[in-house]
Parts: sequence; structure tokens; C-alpha cells
Amino acid sequence: MKKLIALVLSLVLVLTAVYTAVADPVTITYAHFSGAGAQEETLKKMIEAFEAKNPDIKVDLQITGFDDYFTKLATTVGGNNATDCFEMNMENYLAYMLRGACADLTGLVDTANYSEGTLNAVSSDGKLYAVPMSFSTCVLFYNKALFDQAGIAYPTADWTWADAQKAAEAIKALGDDIWGYYQPITYNEFYKSVKGNGGSLLNDDYTAFTVNSPENVAVLDAMISRVRGENHVMPTSEEMAGRGDWDLFCEGKLGMIITGIWGFSTFAEKCAFDWDIVVEPGYATPSTFFFANVNCVSPDSDKKEAAAKFIDAMGSDPDIVQLRLDASWELPTVADQNKLAQYLEVTPPANRAAVFDSMDFAAAPPALKESGAASEIINNILSTLELNEMTAQEALDAIQAELEDANLL
Amino acid sequence: MYLPNTAGRRRTTILFLAPSMIGLIVFCLIPMISSLVYSFMDYDLLEGNMTYIGFRNFERILTGREFPKVLVHTLTYLGLYLPLILITSVSEALILNKSFRGRGIFRAVFYTPVITSWVAAAVVWTWVLSGKYGLLNQLLAAVGITGPSWLNSPDWAMPGVVIAAVWKDTGYYALMVLAALKSIDPTYYEAASIDGASSWRRFRSITLPLLSPTLFLLIVINVIYGLQVFDSVLIMTNGGPGGATSVFLERIYKYAFKQYKMGMASAYSWLLFIMIFVLTVIQFRLQKKWVNYDA
Repeated sequence: MKKLIALVLSLVLVLTAVYTAVADPVTITYAHFSGAGAQEETLKKMIEAFEAKNPDIKVDLQITGFDDYFTKLATTVGGNNATDCFEMNMENYLAYMLRGACADLTGLVDTANYSEGTLNAVSSDGKLYAVPMSFSTCVLFYNKALFDQAGIAYPTADWTWADAQKAAEAIKALGDDIWGYYQPITYNEFYKSVKGNGGSLLNDDYTAFTVNSPENVAVLDAMISRVRGENHVMPTSEEMAGRGDWDLFCEGKLGMIITGIWGFSTFAEKCAFDWDIVVEPGYATPSTFFFANVNCVSPDSDKKEAAAKFIDAMGSDPDIVQLRLDASWELPTVADQNKLAQYLEVTPPANRAAVFDSMDFAAAPPALKESGAASEIINNILSTLELNEMTAQEALDAIQAELEDANLL
Repeated sequence: MYLPNTAGRRRTTILFLAPSMIGLIVFCLIPMISSLVYSFMDYDLLEGNMTYIGFRNFERILTGREFPKVLVHTLTYLGLYLPLILITSVSEALILNKSFRGRGIFRAVFYTPVITSWVAAAVVWTWVLSGKYGLLNQLLAAVGITGPSWLNSPDWAMPGVVIAAVWKDTGYYALMVLAALKSIDPTYYEAASIDGASSWRRFRSITLPLLSPTLFLLIVINVIYGLQVFDSVLIMTNGGPGGATSVFLERIYKYAFKQYKMGMASAYSWLLFIMIFVLTVIQFRLQKKWVNYDA
């Protein structure tokens, strides 16, 4: 009896193995955050489109919201249990790539489909470690009605912070709960803005922090002056009173806000007034964000080829790119500029071309392995500046000392 | 562990114990031992490789600028939370121990915060504690006090978190105190009344001594939990403003999952363990002086 059972079981096992090899498609797992929420349906359609063209590959999608995504990902990577491929934003991509958590994809992906700039961002020493999928940036959104009411001219691409400050003061004068400008004092805004004054957080060869340089002090001083003093033009978190910056803008209480182009659909839906965008002004020259979402393959994956094929399609397959464009979900990283023409046709905003103009002034985040620790130290002090009396020089001296103390380079 | 003599019984005992023992070993014992090993390693979560560095992690923590601040913040939390939670839970239990109309509804209302998730509670409390428009400051304004900008102020953020935590936890501990109150023999109170004892005197000389074992338990577990305060801090202030509410577990979490330094996070955990262990031992030593088990 025992022999018979063993025989039957072995037969079942062999048959299963044969069946799996012949009939079952390869299933790859894919962790993703940027489609959580509003674009989940678009993402699912993209995956369906891929599976229809590649019947031998099935994609097991694992969506997690942005807030928890990177904690979850770090745990799975650390536990050698990562998904076959996973989405990354640029800041975290660098931290992962420098730690060897992204597989070398050289030769597995047709790079001709991607624009050179985005490819450079995901290559190191001639090797490709990720496939670009989408990009976005921040621009200056402005409320035309408030500008008209204040009797001042609309912003233009050649504005500097000084011009923006003047306009913000004129708009602030319109009322108690009307504000001129919104750009929070954070690590991200700071590293970006100092570039507009020729500053930086580190020296060129990344051997020393240069946070308290005179160029950086001037920039932080201007940022602080927006939230301090009798007639400050930007609301403090206290004056925001739990309202979000987008809410404030959509309520018509904010003249100008620096925020992401992913806000287009929300603003088009919620703002009852005319608004438009322009390349965000810099301290002396413009400096802007370049946010890209890329896909990586886990070095531990035993399905690297299938995973690479999938993430390549997510970035460059014409049907998938079209789905992204139709949904106005960030911008595809394809080299073919004709595909982007459709994006420019949709209004508002009328001046969509500013999105592409912004790319010329992109400031890259410091490519630091310990960027998480550095940004925490910087944010800790910057976040208190609207409340205390610390000068820009004192704040940056304190940050410089803490960064040197933390031994991050 | 007690194991019966006969082989058959021994096997049965082991079989019945196995599910919980396996859980305990896999989810508690192995992680504890691992973290002790990690605390002596330079271990990056993403890179995965470990290098033995002796006591360097502990040295870095104990000599850094951060540790004294984290210690002060955590002890401030405990110093504010512990007396408040004892007062509120005993008071609430005394109220619920009286018979009055609608007591059932009151019990449910008092217990609701306990079963509310911290995420939902924290969102509500950020509104209540908002400086300009928050409910708490509106109430304070009614009696002529200008309330601070609670969670945005480095000085007031921790008291703000404590208020929310006390609100959330009181119901749970009140239930424990209530159970202890119910077990006090009413004849003690009768005898005291006949002797002409005032209600304060009855509380001080009967209720408090007979509650002392429960109070001792509350103090021990609240010191343990208080030093491990985490979710309320992370959701309400994320350790801010400017690191003013950075506490042990918040640091451990950020070292491990934001900076990927598992070695540092593990060393921090063991320092916290040592602190909790020492404080608990001290409490058990001191209990002889005030805890009354005669009832």
C-alpha cells in the first residue's frame, strides 16, 4: 500500500513538473507605489496590455502606498525576499544602486527607445541598473484672478525670487487669509534652490559638506524671510491650520505655489478661477526638480530576463506609453518627442510647454549613499525655522556641524 | 519546564506545547538573539553583509550628540505620562464604580479610545491640538489662557503627544483598576463608616492600600510601555519639530528602515532593554515598601 501511494505521488509530481514547464507562463512579481490611488486602473490596464502581447509572462502586481512602500521594500530586500522587479524613485534608486540592490541590466534592455538624459541617470560605469518609466517636475502655479485683483503682471520664465517676492507681497496685501507664495523650507526645496545661486550641499568630489557656504546662506535667508515678520507672504504651518497647500490654492487663497505637475488634473477639477504655470523662478537663475520613476530588477531574481522584458515594456511599449499619456499620469521617458505632442494639447494649463522648459534647469539630488541620514539632519533644523529666531547662518552652521559629526561621507 | 515521567505523556505534553513554543522561538527568541549579534556588527540592511566591529555601535550611540536628547525626550514622556495615566485611570474607575443611570453607556464611551486605531486617533488629535483653531486652545481661550501651538512647538509637542496618549490609554487601565475596586470587600467601608471615617479617609486608608498591587502592576507595565512609546510619536510628530520628540523606538525604526543601519538599530534596542530591565528590577525592590498584598 505504501509503495502504491509513493508511486502515485511521484507520478503526480512528475506530471505537475512537466505541465508547469510546458503550459504555465512565468510569473514575475512587481512592487509598485506611484499607481496607488488615482492611477491604479491605468496601471492594471498597462499590465494587461503587456500580458496580452507576452502570453508567456504573467505579472503579479503588489501595490503599496508611497508612505509605506520603501519600508516594505527595504525589509523584503534585506530578507532576500524582494519581488523580481520593483519601482523606485530617483532618490531611493541611488541609495539602493550604491548598495548593490539593483541588478545589472546591460544587454537585457533596448536602450535606443529612451532619451539619453534619463538613461544617464540610471547608468553607472557604463552599466545599466534601472529602466526609466516616467518623469515629472515642479513648476510655479499661479492664480490669475489674484494677480488681476492685485493689479500686477503675471509671472514669466525670466523671474527671479526677488520678482516673485514683490508679487507675493502685493497679493498678501489683498487680505488676512490670502497668501502670496508657497514653497516649504525642506531638504528637497533647499538642495534645489541653492543651485539657483551657484551653491551646493557638497563639494564636487563629495569629500566634504559645504552646507554653510555664503551662497547657501543667502538662499536660506530669502526662504526664511517668506515666513517671518509682520507681513510674511507664506503661511506658517500654524496659519495653514491643518489645510493642505493644494487646498489653499484651490480655495483661491494662494497666489503662487511651487508644486508638482501631477497636480494638473486636481487643479483643473477643483479651481474655480483661471490659473496657469511657468518655469519656477530661482534665486538668481532657475533651478528645478527632475523626478523620475524607474524600475529595477532584483539581483536575487531567477527570472531576470522576463522581469527586464516587462520593465522595458513599462517604459517604452507604444500601447503602454499611450495609456500613460491618455491618463495624464506623469510623462513617459521615451526618446520619441512626437509622442509627447499629445501631452501639450491638453489645457489647463495653457503654458504646458513650461514642463519641458523646466527640464533644462534640473538640479540633481546629492548622490549620497547616506542621503537618508543627511536629509533627516537637514530637515530637523530647517523645519523649526518658521518658529524660532535662528538666522540662516546659525542654522546652516549647526547643520554643517551635525553632518560632519555624523560621519556620512 | 515540567515534563511528566512516562514517555507517552511526555510526547503529548510536548505536542500541545509545540505551537506556542515554535511561535515564541521563531518570532521572539531568534530575533532577540539575532539583534544581539547584529548590535556588534556593521550591518547594512540592503547590502546584507556584516562585519564584526565589537562595541563600536554602542560607542557611537553613547558618545554621539543624539543619545542624551533621545534619553531626555523619552524620560520626559514617561515623567508626564505615568502620573497622569495613574490619576486618570483611578479617577475614571472610581466614577464607573458608582451606580448611576447610564453607567453602561459611560463605560462604553470611556473604553472607545482604547479600541480606536492610533492612526485615526492621531489625525483627530492633530486637529484638537492645532494652535489657532484647535478645540483644546479654544477651550483654554474661554478661560483666558492662550494655548501654545502644541505639535508645532519644540517645547509643547511632547506634552501634546502625552495628552493624546493618556486619552487613548485611560479606558484600558481604568478597567483593570475597576476590577480591583470590585474585589474590595464592602464590609471594610461599612466598618470605617461606623467608626466615622470621612470619604477621603476611606479612600486613603482602605481603597489605596488595597489597590496597591494593581497600581504597582500599572506602574511596571507603563514604565515598560512608556519607554517604548512609538506609534503616537511617529504619526503625530514624526519625531519633530526639529527632533524635539525623538524617542528610542522612533530612532530604532529610522536607523533600521530609513537609514538601513541594522547594527545601530540593534545596539539602540539593547540599550533600551538594559534601561527597562534596570528600572523594572528597581521597582520590584521598592514594592516591598508600599505594596500591600494582605487583602
